[in-house]
Amino acid sequence: MKAKANVAIIGTGNIGCDLLAKIMHSKTLSCTLFTGRNYDSKGMRFARDLGVNVSNRSIDAIVDNPQICDIVFDATTASSHITHAPILKALKKYTIDLTPSLIGKMCIPCINSDECLNVPNINMVTCGGQATVPLAYAIAQLYPQVDYFEIVSSISSKSAGPGTRDNIDEFTQTTKKALLEFTHCKDAKALIIINPAEPPIIMNNTVYAILSKPDIRAVSQAIHEMVVKIQQYVPGYKIILDPIYNNSVLSVMSQVTGKGDYLPPYSGNLDIITSAAVAMAEKYATHAME
Amino acid sequence: MKHKLTIFDATLRDGSHYVKHQYTADFVYRYCQAIDDTGLDAIIVGHGNGLGASSIQIGLSKCPENLLLQAAKKALKQTKLGVYMIPGFGTIKDNLIPAIKYGAQIFKIGCHCSECDTTKQHIKFLANEGFDVYCCLMMSHMLCAEDLLIQGLKVQDYGAKGIILFDSAGAYTLNDVRQKIRTLVKGLNIEVGFHGHNNLGLAVANTLVAIAQGATIVDGTLKGLGAGAGNCQLDVLIPVLAKNGECANVNYFKLIDVADKYVEEEINYKNGISSISIISGLSGVFSAFKNKVLEAAKLFKVDPKEIFIELGKRKVVGGQEDIILDVAMNLSQRKHDDDLNYLVESLL
Repeated sequence: MKAKANVAIIGTGNIGCDLLAKIMHSKTLSCTLFTGRNYDSKGMRFARDLGVNVSNRSIDAIVDNPQICDIVFDATTASSHITHAPILKALKKYTIDLTPSLIGKMCIPCINSDECLNVPNINMVTCGGQATVPLAYAIAQLYPQVDYFEIVSSISSKSAGPGTRDNIDEFTQTTKKALLEFTHCKDAKALIIINPAEPPIIMNNTVYAILSKPDIRAVSQAIHEMVVKIQQYVPGYKIILDPIYNNSVLSVMSQVTGKGDYLPPYSGNLDIITSAAVAMAEKYATHAME
Repeated sequence: MKHKLTIFDATLRDGSHYVKHQYTADFVYRYCQAIDDTGLDAIIVGHGNGLGASSIQIGLSKCPENLLLQAAKKALKQTKLGVYMIPGFGTIKDNLIPAIKYGAQIFKIGCHCSECDTTKQHIKFLANEGFDVYCCLMMSHMLCAEDLLIQGLKVQDYGAKGIILFDSAGAYTLNDVRQKIRTLVKGLNIEVGFHGHNNLGLAVANTLVAIAQGATIVDGTLKGLGAGAGNCQLDVLIPVLAKNGECANVNYFKLIDVADKYVEEEINYKNGISSISIISGLSGVFSAFKNKVLEAAKLFKVDPKEIFIELGKRKVVGGQEDIILDVAMNLSQRKHDDDLNYLVESLL
């Protein structure tokens, strides 16, 4: 049996911990380093309890011991990743960036995973991007002349950490950029809503497209085919409102329930981006490292 | 000493919901020209949900926001130009920086009442640029006075000049206003304001109570033109204040004329509270959902009042207009099932 690929996680917040929890039951990945800045943080304790090798020297722990890993997940912040990216590139580590820094190639696994294996750094866009761009892409494959796509992601207040709140502008700008690049539409818009209701709401996503007289059955079929691809790495992804067409607007709505690895199932917004990142690492470990 | 009252006119912002975001640059220019010398502090201009909110989700604007801002700026000589923006809809790069370029001087940054940390980035940026910036807590009926104060302390720390409680659902009663405004005025060093909606017929009364409790910022519209049942009617509020010698600097005769000419005649607005706005207020649902609820009710052949009641149960917040479709679809499905059951039962 082939040995597992070694991975390091930089960043010990919710995203870092959820990545770790997923990697713990991966057949192809093994976490050899979990690194941050504070030994006493909740995330550090979580990793230590799992018996994972930890460090409080952030990226320096990799610089000092480059053999420790083949793949690096960066779950810090966009500004930190700007510093980390060139270092990791020089060390020839396959880098999966979960911050909205947009340094690497934008990656949505169900759309472009193959193209993302030969580049040094991939960017996982945003949670809203992972949840909505595939649906927009499926529509754009059928109707390449869509003028305008709009997406709305509603997430629970409890699942929106300080990173999301402090960088809410980056969410909207990055998601919009992904919509434009993947669908080649003329204009796009992304909205995010944070809802504090108790019990917490499950991540809800709506995709709107302006187009004339679509074949709803064809659209519905294309969307369901795409959903099957997403479900391969995010089993809790489902369509809750099949495509409807009214006043030149096509609408479709999805919901994402998380696997509940580190955070409760309502945090589908975190689950979808960490699941996408782990899926890419597994694919890289299986195909690119031979 | 009591602060002077600051009056913001949101007719060209909240009123935009009523006209389904169809304001033209020409209308904005003429309105601003007419109202410029009445003594108000700022005219707020833009999409109903603020800068960057023109969308399928909320409603697409007829005229790009930058053109509306330019038109207003050209007409306003004495009154300041203000803008409103909700992070998550608009951004610093795409909306605030252009608004500064087009001459906006007053900035209101909105968020759901419990989520003020989403405004930190924007308030800090604007305060740093030297602008007067206010944080607006939407749907503030959903939080108690003490929790609103926690939000207020954060906003004060970010550098906001004031905090404005938005009664976005028109759900406040007089006692709610009294408690919440009093708590904020006592606990904060920054100014406190109130933005009322009229679903339960209380917008003017609630605003008067807010002022009596120490609120110094008032947000309203002419004739009450605005989302759902409309807003606090400035052309009623200001004459009432004038009876007590307050707001003497505002020429309310002129204000009443502008309200007649532009709101009643040109927009053809007749105020009055529709039955679905009452249900919307009682359910505590964002006032601006009204048009989308009516559309969905028609599309799925269900009662719009039932949609509002269900939205209230789901505790939706401003901006979640997409949920209306989901609710309407489920109600229509339930209705269909009920009809079938009735049919089956009647056959038994």
